[in-house]
Amino acid sequence: MVEKKTKIYLLFILPGCLFLAFFMLIPLFSLLFKSFLDEAGSFSLTNYFNIFGSTYFKQVFWRSIRLSLLSTFLCALLGFPTAYYISKYSKNKGVLMALAVFPMFTSPVIRSFSWMVILGKKGFVNEGLVALGIVDKPISLLYNEFSMTVGFIQLFLPLMILSLIGVMDNISDDLNLAAGSLGASRMAVFRHVVLPLSIPGLVTGSVLVFTGCLTAYTTPQLLGGTDTRVLATMIYQQAMSLGDWTQASVVAVVMIVITVTVTNVINYISRKLNPTI
Amino acid sequence: MKKSKSLFLVTVLVYVFLIGPLLIIMASSFSDTNFLKFPGEGFTLRWYGQIMQVKSFGSAAKNSIIIAFGATLIALILGLPAAYALNRYRFPGKELIKSLFLSPVLIPVIVLGFIMLRYVVNRYSLSAMPSLLIGHTILSIPYVMRVVTSSLANFDFSMEEAARILGAGNIYTFFHILLPNIKSGIVSACIMAIINSFNNVSLSAFLTRAGVSVLPIEMMSYVEYHFDPTIAALATLLMVITLGVMLVIEKTLGLQSVV
Repeated sequence: MVEKKTKIYLLFILPGCLFLAFFMLIPLFSLLFKSFLDEAGSFSLTNYFNIFGSTYFKQVFWRSIRLSLLSTFLCALLGFPTAYYISKYSKNKGVLMALAVFPMFTSPVIRSFSWMVILGKKGFVNEGLVALGIVDKPISLLYNEFSMTVGFIQLFLPLMILSLIGVMDNISDDLNLAAGSLGASRMAVFRHVVLPLSIPGLVTGSVLVFTGCLTAYTTPQLLGGTDTRVLATMIYQQAMSLGDWTQASVVAVVMIVITVTVTNVINYISRKLNPTI
Repeated sequence: MKKSKSLFLVTVLVYVFLIGPLLIIMASSFSDTNFLKFPGEGFTLRWYGQIMQVKSFGSAAKNSIIIAFGATLIALILGLPAAYALNRYRFPGKELIKSLFLSPVLIPVIVLGFIMLRYVVNRYSLSAMPSLLIGHTILSIPYVMRVVTSSLANFDFSMEEAARILGAGNIYTFFHILLPNIKSGIVSACIMAIINSFNNVSLSAFLTRAGVSVLPIEMMSYVEYHFDPTIAALATLLMVITLGVMLVIEKTLGLQSVV
């Protein structure tokens, strides 16, 4: 009886393990392994030297990093006061939370596409600018880094808001009151009580937004142009349009390395700084 | 209340930014113009009829539904026993197995699509539907794992033992003791997995082929060539369904338990 019980777990975990090993792990290791093989089939770093020597890749790489950082920063900037308001002041918390979740449940195709309607040459932003006399004729607001950043922020801001609300809900109102009654100004309460206690949510949210932006495909595909490619659209272009599997593989490995490193390093640092979480 | 005025203002602006574009899509789906426009002109429902005229949407929607539900079901069959074993038994390598089941969230979906195409689909010459099902199952497994694990953590396994002592068989115990207790966890895991699969683009972009596509991919390619309100009508339809699903979740499980 005891023997049977100690082995039965294998029956439960094995199907899932085999499935993931066969369809995910083996492909993943094949990707890594093959990316270190040169044309002759011997082990080398040639592919990596080639790609990091290419001006095109370097542009794409830094554009991805830059836009992801910018979007993360703007999400934090917009998300922080919003989450604080929802958590501490709002009377309709449930409704506001649901309204933040709704876009997350809506297809990224629809969400990116909506900006094509708004920012397009015939969109109302351009019509407004022309009507106000700010510009003579409609200007190009789409297919550039601006429209991509707008799309990224709209895509990932809800994640930041929800992460922040998660920690802010745990900040006791008594702390704010205590600080206030001891003479702290509202600014001081914010800087010395609210901000430090919200850091874990800010960190979680930032990691989610950053990795989300870095790996998003739909938004840069729809709102970016051919000269504003990012890592995700480059993988797709190399693999599907140009048939260059080697380059696509190397870019894919670079992307995995960045996301795994960012996630682990940031989580490690935040655990070091705040051992309670 | 006065104190929060500036916070309130930021919140309003943020919500206009988040929801406004979606409302604009909804509004422009009724526009009686041949290209997408906001503010629209006139009022018509013809774009809703036009959805049916785009042949690729129908079959793609069918595929999307089959894949979303199918992949979630397979993920449940693979993930539920594993989640159970991880909570119930002690065995070596447990943490490793747990991270394996959660690992698909760590791998960028676009990379998963690429390696699936290169090292599974091409290697074993799989056709489109099975490869889409497999890929979407990988995506759904972490959802099942995370939510079911957390509801099993609240489950008192001594209830299971009590049932056995009283003479219940394994299968009876599973369906009458365990399942009813973790039902809401399973339902929320399934809803999340289905929505995620239904909206997925990055993975499907690599695995669809001519003739076998899914809805988001078809919508994307439609948008690249046409700019009429048909797509806005379809988007509105999907958003209304999403709202309906959210309402049902809120009424039954509470939205908080799902996200």
